[in-house]
Amino acid sequence: MANIISDETIEYVGILAKLELTDEEKEQAKKDMGSMLDYIDKLGELDTRGVEPMSHVFPVNNVFREDVVTNGDEREAILKNAPEEKNGMFAVPRTFE
Amino acid sequence: MEKQYETVIGLEVHVELATKTKIFCGCSTAFGGEPNTHTCPVCTGMPGSLPVLNKRVLEYAVAVGLATNCEITQYCKFDRKNYFYPDNPQNYQISQLYLPICRNGKVEIETENGKKLVGIHEIHMEEDAGKLIHDEWDDCSLVDYNRSGVPLIEIVSEPDMRSAQEVIAYLEKLRMTIQYLGASDCKLQEGSMRADVNLSVREAGEERFGTRTEMKNLNSFKAIARAIEGERERQIDLLEAGQKVIQETRRWDDAKGESYAMRSKEDAQDYRYFPDPDLVPVVLDQAFLDEVRAKQPEFREDKMARYRREFDLPDYDIDIITASKRMADLFEATVALGAQPKKVSNWLMVETLRLLKEKEMDPEDIRFSPEHLAKLISLADSKAVNSSVAKEVFEEMFESDIDPEKYVEEKGLKTVNDESALRRAVEKVIADNPQSVTDYRGGKEKAIGFLVGQTMKAMKGKADPGMVNQLLKELL
Repeated sequence: MANIISDETIEYVGILAKLELTDEEKEQAKKDMGSMLDYIDKLGELDTRGVEPMSHVFPVNNVFREDVVTNGDEREAILKNAPEEKNGMFAVPRTFE
Repeated sequence: MEKQYETVIGLEVHVELATKTKIFCGCSTAFGGEPNTHTCPVCTGMPGSLPVLNKRVLEYAVAVGLATNCEITQYCKFDRKNYFYPDNPQNYQISQLYLPICRNGKVEIETENGKKLVGIHEIHMEEDAGKLIHDEWDDCSLVDYNRSGVPLIEIVSEPDMRSAQEVIAYLEKLRMTIQYLGASDCKLQEGSMRADVNLSVREAGEERFGTRTEMKNLNSFKAIARAIEGERERQIDLLEAGQKVIQETRRWDDAKGESYAMRSKEDAQDYRYFPDPDLVPVVLDQAFLDEVRAKQPEFREDKMARYRREFDLPDYDIDIITASKRMADLFEATVALGAQPKKVSNWLMVETLRLLKEKEMDPEDIRFSPEHLAKLISLADSKAVNSSVAKEVFEEMFESDIDPEKYVEEKGLKTVNDESALRRAVEKVIADNPQSVTDYRGGKEKAIGFLVGQTMKAMKGKADPGMVNQLLKELL
């Protein structure tokens, strides 16, 4: 494997992804990420000079909506997705910046 | 000699666009709905839901870009900004990093030292987040996603401003331009316009920028000015003490008049932007740009010039009326109904401004119609009501847009033009106030004022004071 993921990197990625990994999982993740980067390097071998970077897989542009209200009150259905509900709102662990 | 410092300020201004629906779904953006009643799978980030761009958002963003002399990005797309916070149900905000809709603009502001250009680095489109309410009782946070997905544009300036005055002038210029476009009502207090201030200081003459901080939670022009002063002093104090300014986001507490750091170092700001695969690119052709350009309104400078040509008004009036699009529209509509421009201007500049200030309202909140203002002016012109009654009627009109003609009729406020009734009242006042009569006849001119007042009172305010004065003189 050409790409070696350091302990600091896996720690940092874990923080960004809000994941708590065991030591075993960290080792596995380091291996997985290393081989992913190797694959990307492989793609990098291709000569892409003169090729426009692609921003979407479909050759489709300009898909718009008109500014018209089409949705009604779906609160009841939406709140079924809430881990917990209180006063018509999603109740989550106390979060404060 | 003491060191001289220069303040360098750049602004990030978020503006909520005045669309009927959210940026990527057909949910209403109306204010004040019950929590989560304006939500759907798209704006609550449900797996498998697909965002579709509101065309109106694009039109507004391009209109603001053109009005601020930006280059419009004719091939533009959306990116995901990744972060975890409960107000953001997708765990990413759809925004624009790589190809923002507008770039390289500039606006002209008035400063103490004359005109100055402030560069616009870019304008991008993005979605607003939901609202978090902290529940002290249950020690949890409650989330309302009605605001989630409300369209915003973020206008990023170059670090071209050097003082709080310049910042305010720039913000007022942006606000006026956007209000004229009808793209937003731009109310700082209500959050439809929000400004984050990026500020650094450097020694005078220094080429390089100092380390900057970003200040959030600024809800009024006053708070912005105070925060700029406070942050400038804080940074200078650090440098003078041989310490360094740390690049961080700070939250302004206007009640305390100080700020504190918002995020800790471990909480890295690494948003890992990447193109949003759910949204296809936006390609704008010349025809689209021409169409938006053709719809641009007459902006303030042009309007002021036209007012000078068309209406016989002092520059002072023109300046105040055109400072608000709402006010200017009201003025023009009332004049179009035949009212004399200076009279319309007087009602707007004196009574309207007084009531707006008293009730802490914006000109955008004015409710009365030009038809009603025109009617009131004609009632006053024809002396059907006297000036104090007219003011009273105006207050009612300002409050609830009543029809002045009907109101005056119903409340019996019409000036009594019946001379015999007036004459009887004057005769009674003369009979009841022998002392004042004697004073007047003895040469005390002022005594007549008291008699006019007594007569007006007897007539319940519904007389023409000029006529009362004339009758008194005649009968004395």
